Amino acid sequence: MLRFPGIIGRKLGMTQVFTDDGRRIGVTAVEAGPCIVIQVKKEATEGYNSIQLGFGQAKRLNSPEKGRLKELGNLEHLKEFRVQGDAFKVGDKVDVSLFQPGDVVDVIGDSKGKGFAGGVKRYHFKGGPKTHGQSDRQRAPGSIGSNTYPGRVWPGQRMAGHLGARQATVQRLMVVKADASKNLLLLRGAAPGGDKGIVFIRKAEKRK
Amino acid sequence: MDIKSVIELKARPEIPQFGPGDTVKASVKVVEGDRERIQAFQGIVIRVKRGDVNATFTVRRISSGVGVERTFFFQSPRLEKVEVVRKGKVRRANLYYLRGLSGRAGRIKERTRELPAELRVEAPAEMKEEAPPVAAPSVEQPQTSA
Repeated sequence: MLRFPGIIGRKLGMTQVFTDDGRRIGVTAVEAGPCIVIQVKKEATEGYNSIQLGFGQAKRLNSPEKGRLKELGNLEHLKEFRVQGDAFKVGDKVDVSLFQPGDVVDVIGDSKGKGFAGGVKRYHFKGGPKTHGQSDRQRAPGSIGSNTYPGRVWPGQRMAGHLGARQATVQRLMVVKADASKNLLLLRGAAPGGDKGIVFIRKAEKRK
Repeated sequence: MDIKSVIELKARPEIPQFGPGDTVKASVKVVEGDRERIQAFQGIVIRVKRGDVNATFTVRRISSGVGVERTFFFQSPRLEKVEVVRKGKVRRANLYYLRGLSGRAGRIKERTRELPAELRVEAPAEMKEEAPPVAAPSVEQPQTSA
């Protein structure tokens, strides 16, 4: 298991930075941490190893939340990371000094909701022809199956439906900058969700 | 924290204040093989676009009979310096009309009088704080962006 936990952050938006050789790269800015360790789980007691982190300032906590966090502060967002928790104890702070420029991370967040979307947007269907006597077919899905056999639509047939607003992971984004004094992370590329959305950042699970 | 405060803009005292219509000489670092040299591009500024790290200006020149436009980022580390060769007298912000003109028709009158304050291209507020204090604002005042 990784000895490296993740961190909880808030997506600030995208901007761009210049590299030393003058290229511009698009980056996502994330206000990440500081997170507080609120529980350490051990194999002997809970059956697996992990730490739970809390982030953000909650306006109000309900009674169970208060009991859970006690004097650790009014933390708004909690998240568990599967790591060997030996190096951590409850109350420890985790911040972006975890990351170095050049590290490769995965970003997990809730994608933007697109509502009820057609096949063209949802599955990149090609739609129908624009010309040759066609009408009202430009974004139609086309055939959804055969006739007498099987006489029904196969399960899993891709059709229009709800798109987005679910958890999404973007793998292998490079850390461009990690500024512990500002709790700021710059990641090369896009991260799921809109601005001000909560994201989880962990070390990339797949190799570089 | 908001996204605007994320990127620290670099102060560029070596870039003077200039605006559309001015003739400038922009020096850019170019990598040639394994050597680096400075390449100059001189022409008329036809557009100045604001926007923090995204701020650019576009220079147009006629090179061997062909119009060439090149856009530079104020914040680019490749942009070595900018010199104002001549100030131009123009009445609009974007001089796209020059693209349709050639020869004598495309000339711009020189501006000898100083622009009134409200027409000057000002540096964005957050960059001005970093600029060295100058007693009296003048066109030659070193500034960080346009």
